[in-house]
Amino acid sequence: MTIESDVLVLGGGGAGCSAALHLARRGSKVTLLERGLVGSQASGVNYGGVRQQGRHPAELPIARRSREIWGRLKELVGCDAEFSITGHLKLARNADEEADLIAYLDTARAYDLPLRMIGRNAIHREYPWLGPDVVAGSLAPDDGSANPRLLSPALAHAARAAGAAVHEQTEITSYDRLNGRFVLKARNGAEFRAPILVNMAGYWGGAVAAAFGEAVPIEPLSPNMLVTEPTTYFIKPNLGVVGGNIYLRQIPRGNVIVGGGHGESDPAVPWSRPLPEVTLQNFNYALQLVPALAGLHVIRSWSGIDGQMPDHIPVIGPSRTTPGLFHAFGFSGHGFQLGPAIGAIMSELVLDGHSDVPLEAFQIDRWNVQPAVREA
Amino acid sequence: MKIAVVGAGPAGVRAVEVLVAAGHRPIWIDEAPDGGGRIYQRPPAALRRNARELYGFESTKAAALHGCLDRLKPLVDWRPETLVWHIHPGRKTLYMLNGGMQATAAYDAVLLCTGAMDRVIPLQGWTQPGVTTLGAAQIAVKAQGCAIGHRVALVGTGPLLWLVAHQYAKAGAQVAVVIDTTSLASLAAAAPGLLRDSITFAKGLYYMGSVKARGIPTVHGAIPLAIEHDETAVTGVRFRDARGREQRVACDAVGMGWGLKPESQLADLAGIPFDFDPLQHNWLPERDATGRTPVASHYLAGDGASIGGAAVAELAGARAAWAILQDAGRAIDTAAVRRLDRALARQRKIRAALERAFPFPVRLAADLADDIILCRCEGLRAGELRAAAVSDLNRTKALTRTGMGRCQGRICGVAASEVLAAAVNQETATLGRLRGQPPVKPMPVTSLPAREHAA
Amino acid sequence: MKLLRLRDTDRPRLALTLDGKPIEALDGDTLLTALLAADAVFLRRSEFGDGPRAGFCLMGACQDCWVEVEGTGRVRACVTLAVDGMKVRRG
Repeated sequence: MTIESDVLVLGGGGAGCSAALHLARRGSKVTLLERGLVGSQASGVNYGGVRQQGRHPAELPIARRSREIWGRLKELVGCDAEFSITGHLKLARNADEEADLIAYLDTARAYDLPLRMIGRNAIHREYPWLGPDVVAGSLAPDDGSANPRLLSPALAHAARAAGAAVHEQTEITSYDRLNGRFVLKARNGAEFRAPILVNMAGYWGGAVAAAFGEAVPIEPLSPNMLVTEPTTYFIKPNLGVVGGNIYLRQIPRGNVIVGGGHGESDPAVPWSRPLPEVTLQNFNYALQLVPALAGLHVIRSWSGIDGQMPDHIPVIGPSRTTPGLFHAFGFSGHGFQLGPAIGAIMSELVLDGHSDVPLEAFQIDRWNVQPAVREA
Repeated sequence: MKIAVVGAGPAGVRAVEVLVAAGHRPIWIDEAPDGGGRIYQRPPAALRRNARELYGFESTKAAALHGCLDRLKPLVDWRPETLVWHIHPGRKTLYMLNGGMQATAAYDAVLLCTGAMDRVIPLQGWTQPGVTTLGAAQIAVKAQGCAIGHRVALVGTGPLLWLVAHQYAKAGAQVAVVIDTTSLASLAAAAPGLLRDSITFAKGLYYMGSVKARGIPTVHGAIPLAIEHDETAVTGVRFRDARGREQRVACDAVGMGWGLKPESQLADLAGIPFDFDPLQHNWLPERDATGRTPVASHYLAGDGASIGGAAVAELAGARAAWAILQDAGRAIDTAAVRRLDRALARQRKIRAALERAFPFPVRLAADLADDIILCRCEGLRAGELRAAAVSDLNRTKALTRTGMGRCQGRICGVAASEVLAAAVNQETATLGRLRGQPPVKPMPVTSLPAREHAA
Repeated sequence: MKLLRLRDTDRPRLALTLDGKPIEALDGDTLLTALLAADAVFLRRSEFGDGPRAGFCLMGACQDCWVEVEGTGRVRACVTLAVDGMKVRRG
């Protein structure tokens, strides 16, 4: 079986599904290829933060654009993925961290990201449930959270409705480019051909890039996540800290979702799992922020696999080796919020040859890594 | 050599007996304050009675097992009231919680004897106070000297249904009705297989006969329709009998269950692969007749691996202990091992006949009305699962929160599989299973968890 | 739901409270037995508006009998022994 398309999108995370949707809406014959089910890895198992605050300045224009899409997700795909504007409250636990929050205000201002600094006295008045170690906070009122389990399936559903072909359970085993067309062979025997290939394969995107002679220093990243039993809803904002070693939020149903540190994984399987000592360490960090969580029961923990780049920002843009190849991968643990905009941006790169969003910082050749063959 | 045994029911006791006799001192962990498992659960000291009275036919076995348990405790590193909430097969480490304290235990070999729980099918009204599992109804009478109500209806199928009915009647509780979803014809068809073990068969007939002789109404081949209730209590149970007539029996409590299912979460976390077993109609961890699994150094025995009952568990526990010793290069008693293997082979045939006698009523689960609560933790109804059904149980879980609550799908998982299979018109076995995720049971968030490292 | 005591009712009495109301229990009772053999009727309410709950499995598996014991925290009533003086709140 050979399937011809205008564009092949590799990877059914939030970004890949969004790319398929945007390309299909503009009339491209697009085929999305996903090894498992859409949203099975980083996009589906992450914390669910829809956060602009604290991002690398290069990511802020993308985050701003994505936030606009999040706001109309329901109109766009028929499902809001439980997106809720709760505000993101980034907390400082000492004077150095407080200085860090203050320093970021200028960055935020430069990108029109509204932030409100909350000082030592006000923070405990406004959020009386915060622990005594918290000395200050910075609130991004437009940020929020969503249910990561719902985003990719909703985008994939809309992409299908717009005419995209979404092939799940389709693991690609070889990548070639013959006579200006990419030829991808799947384990199930199917062959996919198109003049354009968009690599949005998360951690595994590194292997795809390597297959086309542009290896990058990517590592697997597995968030250590847990959720508690439901309790009275009292933590409205999505909480983070300077340094990022703990993050937590409560959903209106009452469950508290806590992340921090890393689990373990084997991307070859793929398989991932939280580590018990990290889970227990996260108890301490979480209780430092919100002492009232003591005694609440954890009912489940989990992990997944994302790709981490050395500078913690993704690879986005055209290939430097192969015409028709585009990359967007390695979101380094914070791609969930960006996914919807990344899809739109990739559709522009493919169809218009450029995007208004500046992408220089994300070039694939920024490390000058010698081409090397990595195992797929 | 560090050996860990998780669970002190019939399988765990007989395993530790073999290990101790071979000169080992395993760490032995049970979640309960005492061993015995569910079947031989001992009442708290204040209402301890003689074994004969408590365990009936099984009293000799119970007394022997308890005697063995008590003799072994001082010879091992005994850890009661301890939850093993996670296992890391690569590190060969157990993660434990005892009285709010965290502890770890490293092992060279581990035997998981984690037991079973009731397999249930939701019914209209099943979350109401006054409705319990059959296992719960039995625990109430055996370990607490209580009936679950003044007038109790028992619903479901399998040997436990009739055993509980018998125990209730004998203890002086009023049984309003026994509603068996299996027809007498199905039971009769399986009788030749059950005759292999005349004792099992005789006991089964005895319990059924005892219940009928006491004039307790019994129904075979019925379909339960609803548990009726008011604000504070169950008021009755409605069902359709084998002839299609709708009936109602007044009662103030209902015990329900359709056989047992393994508590196999630790096996799952240990990385042991699972297969769908068509006979038990459930996912079971892979293990061979000796208790060895595809994950080296990790062994399984008892109902936590595959439902076989207490007698099989005792044999399987001892057999797995010999496998551990043999794999460690220790001398084994080949005659004893041969006897165990023969006994286990015979038991497998009896078990197969029992499963055929009391088959899991797939349609009853698959046909749950849309408005019935399917996942009692999350308050999710069968219709909500159907509306979001996709051909993968875990994805359907992700979309609907089925099995995401405190019990992690223990209770709803079986029925959710059947509702989903029917909704997408696929075989249950093709949809996958709810995967185990740590912690095995809810674990409190506590600060500065104290650590202890067991040798 | 009301459990019916069938035997051994001559055990020592324990005095507990449930949401401030006195409950008489017997030595050897689990909290679930103590409360439901008295007039508690139910142990907790579903967080999602599906009514009262009073446990289901009695073996620590179904997680539907959580109650709060003052000074101890949240416990499963079915696997926690009643102790004289316990102050219990519905979970």
